[in-house]
Amino acid sequence: MPEREGTYGLLAEFDTPSQLVRAAENAYAAGYRRMDCYTPYPVEEAAEAIGFHKNEVSLVCLIGGMLGVTAMFSLETWISVWSYPLNIAGRPYFSWPAFVVPAYEWTILFAGLSAAFGMLALNGLPQVYHPLFNAPNFRNGATSDKFFLCVEANDPKFEPAETRSFLEGFAPVSVVEVEY
Amino acid sequence: MATKDAPVNDPMLDPVTGEQRVIAPGHTFKSVTEKISRIVLTPHTPLGWFAGFTLAGGVATMLLVAVVWLFLRGTGIWAITIPVAWGFAIINFVWWIGIGHAGTLISAILLLFKQGWRNSINRFAEAMTIFAVVCAGMFPLIHVGRPWLGYWLFPYPSSMNVWPQFRSPLLWDVFAVSTYATISVVFWYIGMIPDLGTLRDRSKSKIAQFMYGWLALGWRGSVRHWVRYETASLLLAGLATPLVLSVHTVISFDFAVALVPGWHTTIFPPYFVAGAIYSGFAMVITLAIPIRKFYHLEDMITIRHIDNMGKVMLATGLIVAYGYATEVFMSYWYSASHWEYFMMWNRMFGPMGWSYWVLVTCNIALPQLLWIRKFRANPALIFLMSLIINTGMWFERFVIVVTSLYRDYLPSSWGTYRATRWDYATFVGTLGLFTFLFFLFIRFLPMIPMSEIRMMLPQAKIRPEAELSHEAGD
Repeated sequence: MPEREGTYGLLAEFDTPSQLVRAAENAYAAGYRRMDCYTPYPVEEAAEAIGFHKNEVSLVCLIGGMLGVTAMFSLETWISVWSYPLNIAGRPYFSWPAFVVPAYEWTILFAGLSAAFGMLALNGLPQVYHPLFNAPNFRNGATSDKFFLCVEANDPKFEPAETRSFLEGFAPVSVVEVEY
Repeated sequence: MATKDAPVNDPMLDPVTGEQRVIAPGHTFKSVTEKISRIVLTPHTPLGWFAGFTLAGGVATMLLVAVVWLFLRGTGIWAITIPVAWGFAIINFVWWIGIGHAGTLISAILLLFKQGWRNSINRFAEAMTIFAVVCAGMFPLIHVGRPWLGYWLFPYPSSMNVWPQFRSPLLWDVFAVSTYATISVVFWYIGMIPDLGTLRDRSKSKIAQFMYGWLALGWRGSVRHWVRYETASLLLAGLATPLVLSVHTVISFDFAVALVPGWHTTIFPPYFVAGAIYSGFAMVITLAIPIRKFYHLEDMITIRHIDNMGKVMLATGLIVAYGYATEVFMSYWYSASHWEYFMMWNRMFGPMGWSYWVLVTCNIALPQLLWIRKFRANPALIFLMSLIINTGMWFERFVIVVTSLYRDYLPSSWGTYRATRWDYATFVGTLGLFTFLFFLFIRFLPMIPMSEIRMMLPQAKIRPEAELSHEAGD
């Protein structure tokens, strides 16, 4: 990966979630798109404010679940009918009611693993390094009690001085420049 | 409603509803974070922790010895023989896995029902689930006699060209329990990622920063991440709910599918599931009450939690009582089967009938005290009750396994069951292992989910702009 230099973005710190949501709504209205909010717990309003409405985790989960049920039911059928047919108390080889139980468990197993790992993958995690961790106030508060809005430098509307004064209009605790 | 004699200015009572609060007033995002993360990040581990850890480790060593001896000598060191071929191993397996179920219930079902009070107890209830499944999963494995061949249970292409037999409930168990263990661990870990991020950011030592840094996977609290995270949590909760019901159902099939009087009934799945939740909540209380006392967590695990758990125990206990009543009705009268009738008579009044009456006392009679609000709100009494209920639930499995088997159709083949010292050592050893793992958990991982507690604080409410600009102005 080529080494990146320069500014990642401008990071505004707020004390309350309400201030953050107001700033994010206004930034979105002002035309900023490449930005993100960072909060110590889920703030749905902030996600709405920056125009993030839907995600694909449910779809990944559904696909995983269907894969699980298909895989196990086919495996059971193949084993019991073709590969290793056993006569158990005269029951048919294709004893589908009995096959439901493991197939059901694998539906849940695959769906659950897909939801969990799909969520991580869509989030781009694990990603141990991120430029935001270079901002000292970010590490002090983002996972504890502070609320952050970061407008990224690659936003077409981004102008260091202008964006800074725009963010300062929302009475943040601070606005700092984040380096790569 | 508040009781009449409660002091009016009690800070733990909500002035509007008069109910006990879920979290003490006056907490901020910062104070919650500090209070919970300090338990883990403190350089001064309390001496009591070391004492308990060593004691639990010592008891767990007994398990190690018992299992080593078992591997050397075989299952003959246990009391299992004909006619009672299923003994302590199965009893303990069902008991432990049942205990695990309350953790999933609290984290998944109560999440779907939007029961906010669950937030402060769900993390350690989930940890309890995992450690209980660890203890449970061991028993069938060591019971098979040749545990090093345990992988034969899984369908894999082998040079022997042999495949498992999918019509057997014992094989269903393999899939149910392995799925349950996997999903419980994933749910627990995913739930912990944001809190691990907090620990990473707050720890002072390099080793802790490195370890929590890796475990947190680089979590930075982006709201885009949070939205996906919340979706995944809800989906996992939605999946864990049918899973937890299915796991104990499948375990009850181990019995119910067999044509043995005392086992072959359709009441088993629902009554096993209710019993599982019953014993699991009892175990949550057994763990929560000493922990909240020791770590001074009374403002996060409040009387409201204890009271609510008492109510859940009362409700599930009554379902279990209904299950017992149905069994008696079915075998004494409805089945019109001599063998069923004799089994129930023998279960109640035979030479091992005492175990049935222990069960009735511990699971039905004494828990009726939970109807009394003052009893539920008294941590010491409800702690005692939780121990009684877990004893009763252990005896329930003992009754089901042993008293259905020891006197079968032919009097000449009747026998009895008397557990050996190795049976006891293995069982007590798993209690040690469970406690040992739990001590490790409360020392190194955040036992109360910080992010979920922050969400419950009044400050988390988004206020309209008009109020905000007023506030920003001064």
